[in-house]
Amino acid sequence: MQRKSLDVWVGLFVVIGVAALMFLALKAGNNSTFSLANTYEITAKFDNIGSLRPQAAVKASGVVVGRVARIAFDDKSYKAAVTLEMDSTYKFPKDSSAKILTAGLLGEQYVGIEAGGDENNLAEGDKIARTQSAAVLEDLINQFIYSKAAEGKD
Amino acid sequence: MIGRRVLAGVGNTVRDYVESVGYATRTFFTMLGLSPGMMRRPHLVIEQLHFIGNYSLLIITLSGLFVGMVLGLQGYYTLNKYGASESLGLLVALGLTRELGPVITGLLFAGRAGTSLTAEIGLMKAGEQLSAMEMMAVNPIQRVLAPRFWAGVIAVPLLASIFSAVGILGGYLVGVGLIGVDAGAFWSQMQGGIDLWKDVGNGFVKSVVFGIAITFIALYQGYETRPTPEDVAGATTRTVVVSSLMIWWLDFMLTALMFSK
Repeated sequence: MQRKSLDVWVGLFVVIGVAALMFLALKAGNNSTFSLANTYEITAKFDNIGSLRPQAAVKASGVVVGRVARIAFDDKSYKAAVTLEMDSTYKFPKDSSAKILTAGLLGEQYVGIEAGGDENNLAEGDKIARTQSAAVLEDLINQFIYSKAAEGKD
Repeated sequence: MIGRRVLAGVGNTVRDYVESVGYATRTFFTMLGLSPGMMRRPHLVIEQLHFIGNYSLLIITLSGLFVGMVLGLQGYYTLNKYGASESLGLLVALGLTRELGPVITGLLFAGRAGTSLTAEIGLMKAGEQLSAMEMMAVNPIQRVLAPRFWAGVIAVPLLASIFSAVGILGGYLVGVGLIGVDAGAFWSQMQGGIDLWKDVGNGFVKSVVFGIAITFIALYQGYETRPTPEDVAGATTRTVVVSSLMIWWLDFMLTALMFSK
């Protein structure tokens, strides 16, 4: 009897501990690696990806429709090749465009997809032709300073 | 003449210190070697798991809740200055899973369970129970130290997970419940910024390492205490001091190893 109640208490402790770990892994963590949804991969090349990271969200109209799977550097076009893992429940026309956006002022960067008008949809292995790079703060500041300097000369 | 005596004293201290490190290492490996034999009686571990795990649950849960609440409050004041209060969930979860969960759990565990282990084994030694075991051909390292060690190694990661999970809920209570941060943003920023293996996984590895270090320090201090009331008291103090310093040092080392590129 003594042994039995001890087992119950220890069991309870272990169950609570494992449940807490599951909570951390599934609720707090980025659980997309466990995703069982069907996906198709497409690639997009960007001049500059800013601080985009693997596992960043791919959004269309603010809805998450996929994740960034891999980021590599293409040494033929000298561009960043970003592989996007798209949820197969969402289809996009072949001439859709991709741009790198920032969530809020200090937020994470993500890829935004804007649907085009083509009748055919993007499929596994397709490339997105039209892309827009991340806004790099230094470039924007430089442009601003140059334009101010140019104004001063006139 | 005095110079020589001082030099000899320093040399002796260093030699004693190195010797005790060597002896501790030998005891550690002896204990690991004897562990498979101990596993034939798993109820010894279960009993200890109850003793050091269940009894630490209350202090860990309450501390986790309050740490999470304080993080939520302080984080909000700072983030709000930059208009980034939606990142509160990310800040709370990142702070807890990477650092505060394992470290504070380790410190609390050293104070709550570590001291009781040291005192228990120190008193067993003072009462000559360990010598009596040896007389009966029972190895006290296998019968007394090993079950407590494995119970500690299992308990600390579970306690650290509970601490972090309750802490996130505490941050949620303050941030979303009291202050009014958007609940959806709280979770989505957290999920967007926390990596399963890099943050949650490494935090878990940290807590396992802390569990090994604290439990062994507590057991060793108890096992090596001189059988006098003063020294048993001194050993419990040493457990807290040594394991606290060890936690900070290991935390620095592990963070440098895990999060640097």
